[in-house]
Amino acid sequence: MKTSPAERFASPLWRDRKLAAAALAEMERLVAAAGKTGGTVNFMEVCGTHTMAIAASGMRRLFPKGLRMLSGPGCPVCVTSQGDIDRVLALAEIPGVIITTFGDMMKVKGSKGLDLHSMREKGTDIRVVYSPLDAVALAEAEPERQVVFIGVGFETTAPVIAGAVARAQKAGLKNFSSTAFFKLVPPALELLLSDPTNRIHGFMLPGHVSAIIGLEPYRFVAEKYKVPCVVTGFEPMDILAGINMLLKQVVSGRPAIEDEYFRAVKAGGNPAAQKLLSEVFKVSEASWRAIGTVKATGLAFSKAYEGFDAVKRFHIPYSDAPEPRGCLCGKILLGKTLPPDCPLFGKSCTPASAVGPCMVSSEGACAAWFKYGG
Amino acid sequence: MCLAVPGKITSLKNSNAEVDFNGVKRAVSLDLVPEAKKNDYVLVHAGFAIQVLEPKEAEETLKLFAEIYGKEHQDALSGPLSHVKP
Repeated sequence: MKTSPAERFASPLWRDRKLAAAALAEMERLVAAAGKTGGTVNFMEVCGTHTMAIAASGMRRLFPKGLRMLSGPGCPVCVTSQGDIDRVLALAEIPGVIITTFGDMMKVKGSKGLDLHSMREKGTDIRVVYSPLDAVALAEAEPERQVVFIGVGFETTAPVIAGAVARAQKAGLKNFSSTAFFKLVPPALELLLSDPTNRIHGFMLPGHVSAIIGLEPYRFVAEKYKVPCVVTGFEPMDILAGINMLLKQVVSGRPAIEDEYFRAVKAGGNPAAQKLLSEVFKVSEASWRAIGTVKATGLAFSKAYEGFDAVKRFHIPYSDAPEPRGCLCGKILLGKTLPPDCPLFGKSCTPASAVGPCMVSSEGACAAWFKYGG
Repeated sequence: MCLAVPGKITSLKNSNAEVDFNGVKRAVSLDLVPEAKKNDYVLVHAGFAIQVLEPKEAEETLKLFAEIYGKEHQDALSGPLSHVKP
């Protein structure tokens, strides 16, 4: 293969039709072999970026009948509890504060029907940024204003925000803060698996979360729960190969933690990111949509960095808030149902006028099904 | 939201790099990959490089795909998936 290094990352082979057709044929054989154990094989893609990659490639309609891919609790906006969404909106209501956020949070509605997008239209200073470093730069440029970053996400995003907070501390910034509504993937898997009614036969593990945490934190899934796991990349061939690796584990009856995405994911993850994470944050309880507040499933600011906690700085209390009426987002996140089974799907709930966060977020399961079909 | 994109470090000063994403250049922090050097490929998420990528491992993955699935083209195209045209 005489290609430049850059071409290897962007090679057309990652989406090659012949290779994909062969992988799908292999999948058909493996599903038939796995079917001996009875019924449909249910795998869960935990990551919202996988949900979108699967939907956008159109491969779902080529999957064998006996295989079902469920979307898991891996869309950060979707898993953020209604109570935490209300806290975000409460921060935006503080006079003079500049809210900075990733675009995905803009249209999620609070329990009173408000969202950041509509608040911005009415004049609230809310800015969509590409990186939390943009928010730190804004705080430096506007020393008279308080700049709040809306930190949500998993182990991929938390270190990036830790990095921005550490830079703000080095610069001595007193007008920068962030929320820490972070969730952890391995405890989320444990939450799913500890429910005896779960029907998950394997996890397609998130590539970029794993680039940070490595493989070891998943060990319990294969050992304690005997459920196959494959860390998978995001190209169509990565996904097809990842599914086939999961199927092979099901057929052989030997669950393990395998790494299809070894070009980005090392067994030990990223030690520098892990170190920064443990300095800026500590493991804490987190509030999940449809699950509730659960011990040791998220991250909060550590003692040394608690001065950067926006929720503490502005005294924003937490109160439980109900899910939008009729919305099945919570059940969808737990892999208990698929978007088209929701009575609101495509009727009163569409991306233009979304009821629940799974339709609001660009990587929510409902948004993916609505845009690309099943 | 956990989207991350590979790019090449074209220059760096301390832990601030300029990264080339197929012609589009952006400032990227190397705070999370202190070992990264000029000309390295990095995986970038929200303004931070989160991992150094090895082109030879990408090539190895593609070779594996070709080994596992390459030989089966004919078989795949005459099988139940013949509607998936190459």
